[in-house]
Amino acid sequence: MEAAKLVRMANQIGQFFVSQRGADPSIAIADHLRKFWEPRMRAAIVAHLEAGGTGLEVPVREAVARLKAEASGPTA
Amino acid sequence: MSFVHEIDHGTPASKAAATVKLTIDGHEVTVSAGTSIMRAAVEAGIQVPKLCATDSIEAFGSCRLCLVEIEGRNGTPASCTTPVAPGMVVSTQTERLKQVRRGVMELYISDHPLDCLTCAANGDCELQDMAGAVGLREVRYGDQGENHLAQEKDDSNPYFTFDPSKCIVCSRCVRACEEVQGTFALTIQGRGFESKVSAGMAESFIASECVSCGACVQACPTATLIEKSVIEIGQPEHSVTTTCAYCGVGCSFKAEMRGEELVRMVPFKDGKANHGHSCVKGRFAWGYAHHRERVLKPMIREAIDQPWREVSWDEAIGRVASEFRRLQQAHGKRAIGGITSSRCTNEETYLVQKLVRGGFGNNNVDTCARVCHSPTGYGLKATFGTSAGTQDFDSVEQADIVLVIGANPTDAHPVFASRLKKRLRQGAKLIVIDPRRIDLVRTPHVEAAFHLALRPGTNAAILNALAHTIVTEGLVDEAFVRERCDLSTFEDWAAFVAEPRNSPETVGPLAGVPPETIRAAARLYASGGNGAIYYGLGVTEHSQGSTVVMAIANLAMATGNIGRPGVGVTPLRGQNNVQGSCDMGSFPHEFSGYRHVSDDGVRGTFEALWGRPLDAEPGLRIGNMLDAALDGSFKGLYVQGEDILQSDPDTHHVAEALAAMECVVVQDLFLNETAAYAHVFLPGSTFLEKDGTFTNAERRINRVRKVMTPKNGLADWEITLAIAGAMGFDMHYDHPSQVMDEIARTTPTFAGVSYELLDREGSVQWPCNERAPTGTPVMHADGFVRGKGCFIVTEYVPTDEKVGPRFPLLLTTGRILSQYNVGAQTRRTANIVWHDEDVLEIHPHDAEDRGVREGDWVRLDSRAGGTTLRARVTDRVAPGVVYTTFHHPGTQANVVTTDNSDWATNCPEYKVTAVQVAPSNGPSDWQRTYDAQALAHRRIAAAPAAE
Repeated sequence: MEAAKLVRMANQIGQFFVSQRGADPSIAIADHLRKFWEPRMRAAIVAHLEAGGTGLEVPVREAVARLKAEASGPTA
Repeated sequence: MSFVHEIDHGTPASKAAATVKLTIDGHEVTVSAGTSIMRAAVEAGIQVPKLCATDSIEAFGSCRLCLVEIEGRNGTPASCTTPVAPGMVVSTQTERLKQVRRGVMELYISDHPLDCLTCAANGDCELQDMAGAVGLREVRYGDQGENHLAQEKDDSNPYFTFDPSKCIVCSRCVRACEEVQGTFALTIQGRGFESKVSAGMAESFIASECVSCGACVQACPTATLIEKSVIEIGQPEHSVTTTCAYCGVGCSFKAEMRGEELVRMVPFKDGKANHGHSCVKGRFAWGYAHHRERVLKPMIREAIDQPWREVSWDEAIGRVASEFRRLQQAHGKRAIGGITSSRCTNEETYLVQKLVRGGFGNNNVDTCARVCHSPTGYGLKATFGTSAGTQDFDSVEQADIVLVIGANPTDAHPVFASRLKKRLRQGAKLIVIDPRRIDLVRTPHVEAAFHLALRPGTNAAILNALAHTIVTEGLVDEAFVRERCDLSTFEDWAAFVAEPRNSPETVGPLAGVPPETIRAAARLYASGGNGAIYYGLGVTEHSQGSTVVMAIANLAMATGNIGRPGVGVTPLRGQNNVQGSCDMGSFPHEFSGYRHVSDDGVRGTFEALWGRPLDAEPGLRIGNMLDAALDGSFKGLYVQGEDILQSDPDTHHVAEALAAMECVVVQDLFLNETAAYAHVFLPGSTFLEKDGTFTNAERRINRVRKVMTPKNGLADWEITLAIAGAMGFDMHYDHPSQVMDEIARTTPTFAGVSYELLDREGSVQWPCNERAPTGTPVMHADGFVRGKGCFIVTEYVPTDEKVGPRFPLLLTTGRILSQYNVGAQTRRTANIVWHDEDVLEIHPHDAEDRGVREGDWVRLDSRAGGTTLRARVTDRVAPGVVYTTFHHPGTQANVVTTDNSDWATNCPEYKVTAVQVAPSNGPSDWQRTYDAQALAHRRIAAAPAAE
């Protein structure tokens, strides 16, 4: 999956949740990605983060980091 | 088989609650106050002779045939215009009445051709019937006097003729055009003996404003206005009630048949969505079903540059199964997927998603609603708790203020538009929010109170400004909000919209709408009585489509306009079964009934029933499938009844992705544009050839009934079953009713639905279950589905699609009345006479700047691509905005649209594309190449000669 396109889509999602009051947007962004992005898309955005995450807005970066942590499984 | 005979009560029903008792011909009758004597008589089983009356239009009292005598009253009043009164004693048949009627009929017949035996209406002519009813035995006036028998016939309309020599000037056609359709295209020209029906300003029908809805033809009591198909074939001998396969209004029709030949489609009076009305598409544009280009045999080919080869169903299905299995073995189970169709039935879409989830073992299923109303599903679920409109269409009759946003009902949902216009003529007020001056803004006897001609892409800003006005001017329905909504979300939202940056004064300049107009529109919506919102793709097909759906829901909740007739939020769905295809689990993250695939309980239900483990991860959306095809991880696609190459944005991107796949299977009526990239073609069946259900924009589940044998040999649902079987996933059903039974067993909102119930009730609106055994016309009446209504902050985020020096104009796209979607059906009918090419609407100032004149070829370029088409210079569009339709593959408007999409759902941003327009010499090289390629892709190898 083309990273630039996924970054743009993820940042769009981020823009919405950042505007919501009260909640940590990274949780809502991660939840949205989990519910609506197919596993290879999530894997691709996680890989992009691991490669530096160019272009990802801060809350989106945090959300993708959450996905990455989930993919890695529970830590001790 | 029988003919569905509808009783004509002569005049419309009274809605009064009070009743009146009277006596007609010795029978006591009790009817609603305000009922005509004629209608009361019919309810008592007595037919009063009539010609100018029919129950779809108001009484007129001109034919003087329906006269009655009333005890204690002088004269012989017309029963159609005389209301009942308590204790009234009426006689419908007396010696005096017999003589008067016979005299009246004699005069009518003295100026009517006596060619009954060869007349197309023979057997279906009210004049003939009435002559019999009144006992007319002779006409004493001879044929030497002045008459209208030599009047010239107008056969300019492709679907019906107008023969003035047979006209009795009853005005039923004129009144139907006014009252039912609301077009006012017909009039009675002249006075006295010179009176005659005239289309427009004494024009031919085709040259007039007539929109060919067929209301006049249906109202005509003689052969004056009659379908050409009846003239050609003859009178039908049986009929079957079914549902139109065009737009989301979901009109009920009687398919009137002679054997297996369809004679005509007549709108069904008891149809709860259309109440006997129709548009040019549903009424007349069904000829595609037997068009010569329809493909009837399965075909395969090894590569897309080869000609097609006709094969047996077994070979074609076997190829699909072996290829899909090969691709999954080589590239993983998620390497293939399917697309369901909003043109197909609920049962068919349910089966395709079942095939993908159970047979393919993944959730890579999506539907064309992705590119139209997916934001509706997201936005309304988030705010109200369910992914559907809140009202029935009847609700509009109680609306006081109608807010139409990003929809063009007179073109895209014409039958609903007629009902809306009727309500507006009765005094309801209209607000239109649309970049283009759609017909509703100013049409005969209808004028919008406000037209907010906003700049494309600024919907969210405008809706926030409306909300700002409502909140800051104290127009919130506080009692409703306090009782029905989540107060904390309301407070967050109210604080947000009250910010000065959301004020009309700030938003107006950027949206191109005067602030005072925004404020006035907001005040009207919030305080004018019942406020109803109707919206379309001008809301959803934006990068903020889901946000704007939520903004609409916020407005309705803040003003208490939810939960009763006359109010609500209604998404006008584009295709016939958009609602249904979404309901049936066509989205990659949801099972039927909008339940996420990660829900273990729901998934367990289906796993137990289908005997397969199911994927708990969401699948790919259409756009994601295309992207994955280009990166090599998605290899095979089953497309039922869609043409993604023409309908989806950024055509070059779609074509490259399809070309990158190894097995594309297209199931359709025609070799559509997508089929150019297909390896297997499975011929589909029309709505006339199968059983099933469609669900319209008001959640109404309507029966589709088979009226003829599938010309391709199999109904679409049977084809999907065959693929599943060949892939080792046995899905056995003998009839679509069994599929609906499974849907009911697994889907709480459909729990009470069965074909037996639909046959009994005619149709039902989901939710239909124990709590609502005959369905739910208005949702959220006692509380929102999610509990408390949720307000959501809808920050305006400008689209990434910016105008600039290279692309200074904004393109927005839409539909036209005579054509439907990609035009695959309507282009193959006589509807082509009204729209044989897509044109570009451009404002006179922009045209002048570019040296473009009416009818000139112009080149339309965006960052995604370019095409050429002819220009229409018009001030319907504002300066800086251009508009076109996407009905013709030769234009390929979607070559120009970009891959920008809605943040939540990836619904494409069709409505905002930065473009440049310049004069051109004719079709571009690309278009010529495309035409040549399309022809090459459609080659079918000659069958080998018989031994």
